[in-house]
Amino acid sequence: MTDNAIAIAQEHLLAPAGLETHSLERVLDRLMGHAVDAADLYFEASRQESWVLEDGIVREGSYSIDRGVGVRAMAGERTGFAYADDIRMPALEQASNAARAIARAGQSGRVAAWRSPTMPALYAAVDPLATLGDDAKVDLLQSCDRAARAADPAVRQVIASLAGQYEVVLVAASDGTLSADVRPLVRLNVSVIAERNGRREQGTAGGGGRHGYEWFLEGDRAAEYAREAVRQAVVNLEADDAPAGTLPVVLGPGWPGVLLHEAVGHGLEGDFNRKGTSAFSGRIGERVAAPGCTVVDDGTLPGRRGSLSVDDEGTPSRCNTLIDDGILVGYMQDRMNARLTGGESTGNGRRESYAHLPMPRMTNTYMLAGPHDPGEIIASVSDGLYAVNFGGGQVDITSGKFVFSASEAYRIENGRLTHPVRGATLIGNGPEALTRISMVGNDLELDTGIGVCGKEGQSVPVGVGQPTLRLDGITVGGTATG
Amino acid sequence: MSARHAQSVEAVEGLPAGSELERLVEQALHIATDAGASAAEASASAAMGLSASVRMGEVETLEHHRQRDLGITVHFGQRTGSASTSDFRPEAVRSVVEAACRIARYTAEDRYAGLPDADRLATAFPDLDLHHPWDLSAEGAIDLALACENAARAEPGITNSEGAGVDTHAGVMALGNTHGFLASERGSRHSIGCAVIAGEGDAMQRDFWHTSARAAADLEPAADVGRQAAARTLARMGARQIPTTACPVLFTPEMARSLVAHLVAGVRGSALYREASFLQGRLGERLFPEFVRIHEQPHLPRGLGSCSFDREGVATSARDLVRSGVLEGYVLDSYSARRLGMATTGNAGGVHNLTLDPGTASFDELVERMGQGLIVSEMMGMGVNMVTGDYSRGAAGYWVENGRISHPVQEITVAGSLADMFAGIVALGNDLDTRANIRAPSILIDRMTVAGS
Repeated sequence: MTDNAIAIAQEHLLAPAGLETHSLERVLDRLMGHAVDAADLYFEASRQESWVLEDGIVREGSYSIDRGVGVRAMAGERTGFAYADDIRMPALEQASNAARAIARAGQSGRVAAWRSPTMPALYAAVDPLATLGDDAKVDLLQSCDRAARAADPAVRQVIASLAGQYEVVLVAASDGTLSADVRPLVRLNVSVIAERNGRREQGTAGGGGRHGYEWFLEGDRAAEYAREAVRQAVVNLEADDAPAGTLPVVLGPGWPGVLLHEAVGHGLEGDFNRKGTSAFSGRIGERVAAPGCTVVDDGTLPGRRGSLSVDDEGTPSRCNTLIDDGILVGYMQDRMNARLTGGESTGNGRRESYAHLPMPRMTNTYMLAGPHDPGEIIASVSDGLYAVNFGGGQVDITSGKFVFSASEAYRIENGRLTHPVRGATLIGNGPEALTRISMVGNDLELDTGIGVCGKEGQSVPVGVGQPTLRLDGITVGGTATG
Repeated sequence: MSARHAQSVEAVEGLPAGSELERLVEQALHIATDAGASAAEASASAAMGLSASVRMGEVETLEHHRQRDLGITVHFGQRTGSASTSDFRPEAVRSVVEAACRIARYTAEDRYAGLPDADRLATAFPDLDLHHPWDLSAEGAIDLALACENAARAEPGITNSEGAGVDTHAGVMALGNTHGFLASERGSRHSIGCAVIAGEGDAMQRDFWHTSARAAADLEPAADVGRQAAARTLARMGARQIPTTACPVLFTPEMARSLVAHLVAGVRGSALYREASFLQGRLGERLFPEFVRIHEQPHLPRGLGSCSFDREGVATSARDLVRSGVLEGYVLDSYSARRLGMATTGNAGGVHNLTLDPGTASFDELVERMGQGLIVSEMMGMGVNMVTGDYSRGAAGYWVENGRISHPVQEITVAGSLADMFAGIVALGNDLDTRANIRAPSILIDRMTVAGS
């Protein structure tokens, strides 16, 4: 797989620019000629497209291509960085000169001999844009429109979008790492507006992953997204005001795992912990979740949106346990933060593009299944909330306070779901929230492949997942008091 | 710190001339019409910059930025395709135009598609004083960032830092279409920011401050930014939850800006023609109390949102979006205007220096007037449903008793409906925040639900 990826990367990235691997060695050599601890070159070529259906017609399509190289030089805690959207040698040398300005003058380091990690293929090295004819892409969106409109007469508007990306990356680092990855990524999204008795509500569903577009044709997947969007909108047409205050909340399986991403995920990224700015800093070995809660970040799941064969520093991804039976056992590291804290990279070094610096980032973050039947968990709550769909979330790393916003939720009264309630934001304290988990379901699910994570202005695709969970108390931000 | 080579920023010298990008745009338009497009629009942009950051008194990153983009939209009758690239070589330009043409073969006829009407295109290009490149060396940027962070860390109680940063950017963009419009604009933008931490362990708090302007001379002094970041952080120490209640809420100017942004999202053409706005059909109606005026000032000298033409080349002009509390207009581009049977308002790409006019009361006077209630100085998460106007966001701030701040507050939400919140504005501060394209003073709202313990 890696050999194949390296061959593709050389053909796509290096050959058109007249570069070979020994020319990269020369650039790195010169970078290391200053007192630089480590340096790397990140070559990237990508093409992406999107098609949008609205009012029953595909009225918009767009396509973009981008290529470039990012050059990074690290000395202690200092990083010099420059990039060029031209991969040829003069631009590469100019970027290298700018990047190494960070280093002190001094002894030269050495560039190690090339070695490439080997790992299993997590996704096919396909260009998704070419996996379906353009007319078939249009047909796919129209089938979503038909499925949504057929699902309920209350549907007023349907917007469906299809997006595909083909990315080829090559990393060459001063420690001899030479890694490449060919990354397909597709996404289909359906958003509807339903109206009844003068009230309008929205529903959104979709999915995707590291596949070709034909994945959406399997088992009626596309039409299911459409029907799911309609179902959510129609449920919300009946929603009452959400409660305000602290109460027990049952979270559904799958996408509600955004809880984990916000409550603990970001706080366990290595950069914040090296700097001591996270509410989880220095807490390895301490209890941060209830017994029975095990949380992993797993970049190795085949075909998942957050998966990576190698991360953006050329390190093979792994399944890293973050919380084991409630005890904090590990942080997520990139190379720089690992080096500065005496550990090793966990394969979490990610960047939005060649024009951005890598940082420790999540891949697919989820909690393992527990013993309880989901019905039993709902039945255990006498007065609470059952939340099954969410918009986004956010966290203040330092205070540990995090939010995530429910878009589909129900009241639980005497162990039974009664009526749907309007969307509301839930807010909690990261180091504490998971200690309030009293029941873990046996129904682990991963999300459908829709997550985008933002950090310091950089977006990367991620996944989340969890089984049904009971949280004994979290603040629910509705409008209905008392 | 021997890394400080005196290195001048290429953001100035390396930037292409506007005329160079205009030629590239013309070239792309020619390829499109040669390929049979009945109309086309192209834009080209280039930007350069330098970002320096320091943390705990040491250099952390030095980043050199250099971006380029060429975008083309082609129309074959009523069919449309778009494409973009960062590669300006002739063969890349040709291939990206061809990609747009290929896409237009598969999109459907849309009777509303097309270029803006020719008579709406800008013909006057006043000098808006937007381009003030900062001749700042990497060494100079690092020194400024250090001055900023040092001032913050010198405040007693500051225990840690996320660092301070100095950014300088300059860019040029050209836009043209087959109606014969061709123009370019240059602009610079600089900022200094700092985020510091107080306390240890579970009691840690973080806050930040920043300054942003077109010209370096208009930035707040670096040390002032650091001191302000420290003061904001220290003020949050000891924050706690409050019991669930309903009370008046005072949004600081930085937070108030987001409420104006929600208004914009609700009167944007794309939301309206999709019937996806809580403000559907409210044109001409009173949304706010009578003392509220919200207006666009596209030609404000040195304004962060200033421009003489929008992303389609349509002339921008000053106008009231809300006058005496009444919604006077929508935020439209040519496409959404045609869908709504209206005229474009010159807002392709967004609003331009949209200002909620300030009131006369100082922030302290508003606190006193509120008596008992919540000051919101930070918000988290999305939590806003634009279709229904339902509003529920995570918040932090201060509890006010007897007209004075009693203690900092965290882990709460503020909730209501946007329409009620707009109508429920009881006062505006005199503290207009001009650091962004949307400019707002503090806003006092009569009553919202606050969820806590």
